[in-house]
Amino acid sequence: MNRITLSGDLERNLRTIMARTYVRIVGAFREPSWLIWDTVLPIINLSAYVYVYKVMNAPPEFTGFVILGGAMIAFWLNVLWDMAAQFYWEKETGNLEPFLIAPISRMAMLMGMAIGGVFNTTIRASGILLAGVFIFHVTFHISDPVAALLAFGLTITSLYSLGMVFASLFLMYGREVWHMSHLFQEPIYFLSGFYFPVKFLPFWLQVLASAIPVTFGLDAIRKILILGAGLQDVSVNIVALAFFSLVLFLMARWALRYMEDMGRREGRLTLRWQ
Amino acid sequence: MEISIESRNVSRTFKTGRNSETGGILKALDDVSIGIRRGELFGLLGPNGAGKTTLIKIFCTLLLPTKGSAYVSGHDVVKEADSVRRIISMISGGETPGYGLLTVAENLWFFSQLYGIRGDIAKSRVKELLGAVSLSDQEKTRMNRLSSGMRQRLNVARGFMNDPEVLFLDEPTLGLDVISAKQIRGYVRNWVNTHPEKTVLLTTHYMAEADELCDRVGIIHEGRIVACDSPSNLKAMIRNRKVFQFQVAGAGDHAKLNAVKGVVGLSWTHRIESDVSTLKVVLSDDAAVSEVESSLKASGSRILSTETPEPTLEDVFIHLVGKGLE
Repeated sequence: MNRITLSGDLERNLRTIMARTYVRIVGAFREPSWLIWDTVLPIINLSAYVYVYKVMNAPPEFTGFVILGGAMIAFWLNVLWDMAAQFYWEKETGNLEPFLIAPISRMAMLMGMAIGGVFNTTIRASGILLAGVFIFHVTFHISDPVAALLAFGLTITSLYSLGMVFASLFLMYGREVWHMSHLFQEPIYFLSGFYFPVKFLPFWLQVLASAIPVTFGLDAIRKILILGAGLQDVSVNIVALAFFSLVLFLMARWALRYMEDMGRREGRLTLRWQ
Repeated sequence: MEISIESRNVSRTFKTGRNSETGGILKALDDVSIGIRRGELFGLLGPNGAGKTTLIKIFCTLLLPTKGSAYVSGHDVVKEADSVRRIISMISGGETPGYGLLTVAENLWFFSQLYGIRGDIAKSRVKELLGAVSLSDQEKTRMNRLSSGMRQRLNVARGFMNDPEVLFLDEPTLGLDVISAKQIRGYVRNWVNTHPEKTVLLTTHYMAEADELCDRVGIIHEGRIVACDSPSNLKAMIRNRKVFQFQVAGAGDHAKLNAVKGVVGLSWTHRIESDVSTLKVVLSDDAAVSEVESSLKASGSRILSTETPEPTLEDVFIHLVGKGLE
């Protein structure tokens, strides 16, 4: 009889995370054409905003805001379309059944996906930042690298935890949830201030925007990298991001269990073409 | 003998929508009770839609029973799903899980990691299993460059990666060519023979596969187990019945034969290109054969040949259910 041990469970889940990360990274580099399209096309879009600000004689830091917003959009899109829909694609390719009957945490599978996704998206985001530096002469300040790393790390943690919550919906409802992804995409572009600082929004919209973790993350990263702020200046953002990370991570854990149980009960867990 | 897989009065229903013919509820399993002994290769034989896959999904923790309880190695599949998952594996025929951009060996390594298998052990198991499914020469080929048959064989290898205590095979040879199917059957039989502590539940609608592989066979029809015994004992059930096989030309209404006195069960296949039907008829006694022949002639069919073959599991199925698997 197999003994259930914590170390056994931990090792299995760590190996799962590593294996799923491997798939994501190796798979991406075996079809590297995405590197060109995922980097070049967003720059064209961002350029439009940069020139709008130039025509309006906006302060020069606005160019940096747009470039940073564009880099963070890459992560948001990765969460919304890859991370969230992960279980849908696994279901369609026949991978979900072997995953679900394996003695692993569903979070481990998604964390592997998230790490691989962050790695690949960081390459894309770096391309956008480099374009900002070389084409639009944006200057980034890295006077407080700890603050920058903390803000970025917590933003990514909260974003991908939100992605895991969405993944639980895809696990249960499959393609029906595509609409939700569409529904979230543009409003969050707007409310999170990917292309402009949120402080220009009406107060009630700012309150609404504060419910979105990336709003705090983007604001903090802009303050640190463009305006040269330090950890103390963004402490409120850091606390908010830590709160979002914890709550969303726990919510994802609960939602995945709940949706899996419901799927087993209703027989929708491995139902395809839904 | 210790019971490894057990279901106690398991039923499972599905909602099918208000406008369906079934009144919105489909009963996939109806009060199914089976006990499969440790070390046994047990076959579940039935047509498509009989409930075979539903039962396997319940044992594999993918689906909850609506009523009753199910156990794998003593673990309740509902309350102790994690314990069940540690000791099982499942191979579904026709499925090709894995990642197209990974190589054959990488895919197997990936699935081994879900069971926490150390790298060196995983590597040697990958080599062994690729040899078993004749894919050694494809080790470094990307999965998206394999033929569909090769991908299915890779799926079979995947199912053995964690060396499960209990293996569920859901139509494992579905769609495979004759040679590959035979190879897979041979590997499964050999695996059970050399590992007497392992248990296999195989679902199939291939009679020969169940006959060749299984220690015992359960026949499932419309969600109910209608018979369960060794293939030889099942065939012995119809030793007092007579099985006749007719080759007839002309597509008459063969279903009318069911009304002939002495006909216990009937199945047939029709070849459109030659307009020849092969009918299997299970009779309660020899005397009914002349009635059957008369009925065939009356319906416009011309009898080309008549044989009395050895009873097969298909004949048992016809005897029990009244019709063939197709």
